[in-house]
Amino acid sequence: MRALVALIALIILIVVAYAGAKVDGLHMVFGILIPYLAVATFVVGIILRVVQWAKVPAPFRIPTTAGQQKTLPWIKSSYLDNPHNTLGVLGRMALEVLVFRSLVRNTSTEIRNGEDGEKVVYNSNLWLWGFALAFHWSFLIILIRHSRFFTAPVPFFIQWTEYLDGILQIGVPAFYITDGLILAGLTFLFVRRLYSSQLRYISLPGDYFPLFLLISIALTGVCMRYMPHARVDVEAVKLLAIGLVTFSPSIPEAPIGPYFWIHLFLVCALITYFPFSKLMHAGGVFFSPTRNMANSNRAIHHPLPWALETHPHKYADYEEHFHDKMAKCGLPLDKEYADEGEEG
Amino acid sequence: MSHTGDLKPEELLKFDYNPPAESWTDPKIDFEAKRGSWCFPGAAKNLDYLGYQSNGEWSPADADWNLPTDWQKRVLEGMRERLMKYRSFKLFMETCVRCGACADKCHFFIGSGDPKNMPVLRAELLRSIYRNDFTMFGKLLGELGGSRKLTVDVLKEWYYYFFQCTQCRRCSVFCPYGIDTAEITVFARELMLLCGLTINWIIEPVANCQRTGNHLGLQPHTFKDNVEFMVEELEDTVGIKPDISFNRKGAEILFITPSADVFADPAIYVLMGYMLLFEHIGLDYTFSTYASEGGNFGSFTSHETLKRLNYKFYHEAERLGAKWILGGECGHMWRVINQYMNTVNGPSPAGMEVPKSPITGTVFENAAATKMVHIMEFTADLIKNNALKLDKSRNDHWNVTYHDSCNPARGMGLLDEPRYVINNVVNNFHEMPENTIREQTFCCAGGAGLGNDENMEMRMRGGLPRGNALKHVRDKYGVNMMSCVCAIDKATLPPLAEFWAPDVEICGITELVGNALVMEGKDMEVDMRGENIAEAVEERLGGGDDV
Repeated sequence: MRALVALIALIILIVVAYAGAKVDGLHMVFGILIPYLAVATFVVGIILRVVQWAKVPAPFRIPTTAGQQKTLPWIKSSYLDNPHNTLGVLGRMALEVLVFRSLVRNTSTEIRNGEDGEKVVYNSNLWLWGFALAFHWSFLIILIRHSRFFTAPVPFFIQWTEYLDGILQIGVPAFYITDGLILAGLTFLFVRRLYSSQLRYISLPGDYFPLFLLISIALTGVCMRYMPHARVDVEAVKLLAIGLVTFSPSIPEAPIGPYFWIHLFLVCALITYFPFSKLMHAGGVFFSPTRNMANSNRAIHHPLPWALETHPHKYADYEEHFHDKMAKCGLPLDKEYADEGEEG
Repeated sequence: MSHTGDLKPEELLKFDYNPPAESWTDPKIDFEAKRGSWCFPGAAKNLDYLGYQSNGEWSPADADWNLPTDWQKRVLEGMRERLMKYRSFKLFMETCVRCGACADKCHFFIGSGDPKNMPVLRAELLRSIYRNDFTMFGKLLGELGGSRKLTVDVLKEWYYYFFQCTQCRRCSVFCPYGIDTAEITVFARELMLLCGLTINWIIEPVANCQRTGNHLGLQPHTFKDNVEFMVEELEDTVGIKPDISFNRKGAEILFITPSADVFADPAIYVLMGYMLLFEHIGLDYTFSTYASEGGNFGSFTSHETLKRLNYKFYHEAERLGAKWILGGECGHMWRVINQYMNTVNGPSPAGMEVPKSPITGTVFENAAATKMVHIMEFTADLIKNNALKLDKSRNDHWNVTYHDSCNPARGMGLLDEPRYVINNVVNNFHEMPENTIREQTFCCAGGAGLGNDENMEMRMRGGLPRGNALKHVRDKYGVNMMSCVCAIDKATLPPLAEFWAPDVEICGITELVGNALVMEGKDMEVDMRGENIAEAVEERLGGGDDV
């Protein structure tokens, strides 16, 4: 049901994009105005979100310690899973961001009925890790490849990336590995949401929608490259792209083809949606206090950034309250008290 | 001791992990039908004493919870304030992608199958309100955007589920964004507290601790009596009378341990172990009747109560002129010390010094600011430097495993010190399966204030993963003792073990240390429990051969 809502939203977007592709007069809107607005929303939106996070203090050092602490010199500490200094934190963050360290720990739990009764079993479960990694890294490489549209001459590292990505040398034009991986990753992420009853239960339309968008973007991209009838005029696309990044935008005279217009509009939709959605996890992970702080609280004083008003019970009040009983059982007292019965 | 009443393991296992057809957004809970899975509300006298909103007499099973009329405003204002003060709160409300990696990591979900015990959904209970009242899209999209209106039923649902989280942080180990449900739970509890909602099992200890210095409400003379009683016990059983003192100025070390150690079986054997150990090395230390509680139920209640209960540590150390503080076996006490103490109540008093073991000369640089050392760090250092005379065979009647207590594991990283100590005081030690120990350890399901009798069904459910792992090593290696370093564990694991893995007992590690100590000029025949060791070995190991 929630997936359906997201699907309907996607279909509406595609219909709008198709209309934009078919009506020549709208190319100015879909090729120039909307991309500029989308990029502006994306940049400003992300900056605002990040600034909002950065402005909120992180008062307590609450790393999740996922390994041995640093204590006695002869006990080996777990530098990356329980870092005690900034360098360790950088290492931990790098592992988290680049290879999704925490997901490597993932297990799936089941209760098995054996001879000796029920057994709770934890199986290593690396599917989510593997496909999520495949998607994210492919996405990054595809973005790098796409920068050829915005650069003239095309820098060497983009050409290398293209070369490596197409190293399998299958078909003409050469098949890019990341084109296959991104679709495999996204499809897995979508199918598991439908297939697993637990995930179906927790998923919101906002979980399906970006997947649908990304799948559609990847599919239209793949079609343009590999399907003859969907081919677009790459030279024209590059003219448009260069025009946009040099702030001298113009719509190329040569027709580009509807797949491109849909592709572009969906990309605009994605980046417009990005700052307002769960996609901001990309920025959020860097701020996570359980990951980006060193477990150094006992070694170094970290002051509280704001006052925490409280009403502690001081010793003097405690002694005042209990002095009779304390005196009677021989506990030392700080003050002298008048004998019982008299006012003290 | 059968606290578990009519509950039966096979009955509790009748569930599966498939969520119901209805959407989770419906908050209705039938409290009457769920008896055994929720905790009694905080008594007005305790809330009043601490200066918090109280709503008189009420029960969660009642339709009317006597809420203050402006409760919604209190919650939303409280959220607004915390969103500006705690980055964790704001971030954890915004970055979850519902990937589900946490779903089956929670002991309460594993043992109940209740989908709202999946950490992701527990957080969504609060996030749905956040979206509705603090985000533009949430407001616009309504339920489609995962938003819900803050209704009385939502608040009741919070009460049910945020007092079904033990803040053990296991989920946060697996979350790719490090979202920590312990944080979300404490904020939810703070928001409820603004409306007078909390459970008595945490607020009464907080009030007691504020007044008397310890959770149990032991007044100074009673605390002293209890410890002295344990001294007499030691004299009667092992024949040694340790030299102890209370509130003594000039002692080098202030020793603070959970008050359960002076009161409750099997924690009292740990106290005997401490006293014997300190006697063995001639430590210059003192107990305090004022700072007579290591634990901090304030940390289950709010940041404010956390701070006020923890205040006594430095205040007392300064008054007595102690150079540093040695802390006993306790779970959440150590999360507070490791992650909060020096920030809320520090810097430490000027007279205190970087902890240095007076026996070995080791300087604990890792505690340079807080000036508090964990008993396991301290003991491990003693053993490493051959400062203890130990006879492992004096624990031969025990076949031991070790339960990593959640907070020292995931809020500190105290993993190898306890193992080092155990391996030096017992001959028979076996680890539970790897997904159930160290940073992946499972909770006793009674932490964060949930270890009360009225919540027994939920405790046993949440205890399934731990109990099952224990049963595994009991059957495979003949384990008959599960050690731990947490006072709540020592109270909640015995019924758990009896329920899921009968015939396994629970102890603190320092009890095992006490057993193994070879005291000068004494030939101790009995252990901390007063049991004759030779006979126990004969009975348990010899007995097995007859069958």
